[in-house]
Amino acid sequence: MWQFLNQLDRRWVFLAMLLAVAVPLLCGFSSPAALSPDTRAVFERLENLPDGSRIALAIDYDPSSEAELHPMAIAFVRHCVLKRHKMYFVTLWPTALPVIDRLVRQVIEKEFADRKLVYGEDYILLGYQPGEQVAIQVLANDIRKSKTRDDRGQSLDSLPMMRDVRGLKELDLLINVSAGYPGAKEWVQYAGVSTGLPIAVGSVGVQVPMLLPYIPKQMIGLVGALRGAVEYETALADQYPAVFRPEAAGAIPLANIGQRRMGPQLWAHLLIVTLILIGNVLFLTGRYSKRTA
Amino acid sequence: MKREQLFWLTIFLIGAIGLAIRAGTSPRGVGTVYVVEQTPSDAGAEPAGATPQAVRYRETPQGAPGAILSVQRTVGVWIAALMTLGVLSYLYRDNPLYKLVESLVVGVSAGYSFVVGFWDNLVAKLFVKLTPGLIHAWAIPLGEGEPLPAADWTYLAPLILGVLLFFRLIPKLAWISVWPLAFVVGTTAGLKLIVYLEADFIGQIENTMLPLIVLATDPQSGVRSVDFMQSIKNILLVLGVLASLTYFYFSVEHTGVVRHVARCGIWVLMITFGSSFAFTVMGRITLLTVRLEFLLGRWLGLIDVSQ
Repeated sequence: MWQFLNQLDRRWVFLAMLLAVAVPLLCGFSSPAALSPDTRAVFERLENLPDGSRIALAIDYDPSSEAELHPMAIAFVRHCVLKRHKMYFVTLWPTALPVIDRLVRQVIEKEFADRKLVYGEDYILLGYQPGEQVAIQVLANDIRKSKTRDDRGQSLDSLPMMRDVRGLKELDLLINVSAGYPGAKEWVQYAGVSTGLPIAVGSVGVQVPMLLPYIPKQMIGLVGALRGAVEYETALADQYPAVFRPEAAGAIPLANIGQRRMGPQLWAHLLIVTLILIGNVLFLTGRYSKRTA
Repeated sequence: MKREQLFWLTIFLIGAIGLAIRAGTSPRGVGTVYVVEQTPSDAGAEPAGATPQAVRYRETPQGAPGAILSVQRTVGVWIAALMTLGVLSYLYRDNPLYKLVESLVVGVSAGYSFVVGFWDNLVAKLFVKLTPGLIHAWAIPLGEGEPLPAADWTYLAPLILGVLLFFRLIPKLAWISVWPLAFVVGTTAGLKLIVYLEADFIGQIENTMLPLIVLATDPQSGVRSVDFMQSIKNILLVLGVLASLTYFYFSVEHTGVVRHVARCGIWVLMITFGSSFAFTVMGRITLLTVRLEFLLGRWLGLIDVSQ
């Protein structure tokens, strides 16, 4: 048995991982996630702002990070729509433009089509802003120094949402959904600290430990990876049960994408932990038998 | 027939038979996408006088009123599915299909970045400032009644610096390209120095100055008591920071007490790296989940991923 495990082809491990992810997906198995203090801080800040507040949504991720970040981005936009906040979409990543387009199509144009949000009055696409840190400074202080038109080619001055806004520092909150550089760290450094703009962050897992030290003084809270997204989705569903768990016959509840993806996470993690334990036992028993031989 | 070839042949046969059965039995077919024209009431309404947007289609279930088969999107789903399988095939062994898909991803990403960089950087930021008449007539039309802005010649500086970078391609004059690089490095260093000191150095020292004994007031009874959990968290955080800093403090020899504290610092660092690695694993599993969600949902229609 030990010899068999020692010589096991790694492709069997890949196959086991495939099954650990595919089977829960096919069975619709999900896993709950309790609200962590960092996610709660972001949720409560957005929830406690007066209706119609002005929120910047900095979508700094591309399709390669969409799996991890799109569920939380959807949750943020849904929350903004439910609170009737004004949304300013912007990105520092050229490859994020299709992602923003998908967000707008799914949440604003499809899920909440009945609310008839008006472009330029309820949401605006400021588009891609090249220049990384310099771009953040310009966006925070005076957007028109860098661009005079939105992503659809309309003059910023012609849009009601932009008439009395010079820079993002005048808004009530910036939510950054970040996959790396430039992203959360740069927004905190170049916009949050220097202009006092409150910043909340949703981030990929790999940079969560590096962002935690900024909480709570420089960053309101942090929605970390898929688990954070599920926490946010749960909090949103609890706050707005009529939207997410409608009682009316024929009403279709909004799907929580993150929750669908948490079931495979649980089983895949269990598999990894088991494999690590088996690997260590094999290593230690092998070393022990060598010493005693 | 070699064992390897037999394996692949079996895999392909099983896959093909499975696909044929699924295509024959599923009411919506395999990988087919149906769309319906998006009415103006579906899309976010435009303010009065705005430029009308192009006609858009949104995906819809097969039997929905007005649903038509979208050949382009159906082909797109099939290409995406085959490319996903191509990438996953690397787990078995490196193969030409994987190489093809990898090259396609790199090529498409580079092409996309180049096009966006050209239009959003060069045209929209530089050329429009130097030759506003030409650019507004050609690429970025002015709004009705909007005056033509005057040329801003200060933008010649970034243009010249940008051109100087290309001297790197001429070996004898490559030294000229060091000047714009020096400008970039100097500016970035200057910008970073200030914000780093403010946000990372002072800000994070401030974040570490926490009360070691936290007192909390019960909102109902108004009684003040020690919040043990928060106190332990704060004590661990402060001790962890001090131990890690001790590990990187090389002016004192790491012997005696310092050695033990530095060793604790290593443990703190290891736990941080472990946490970072665990988060990375979570991200990678999510990627696999999404690809399988696509294959099982949008392609094979075995699970509902309509939302």
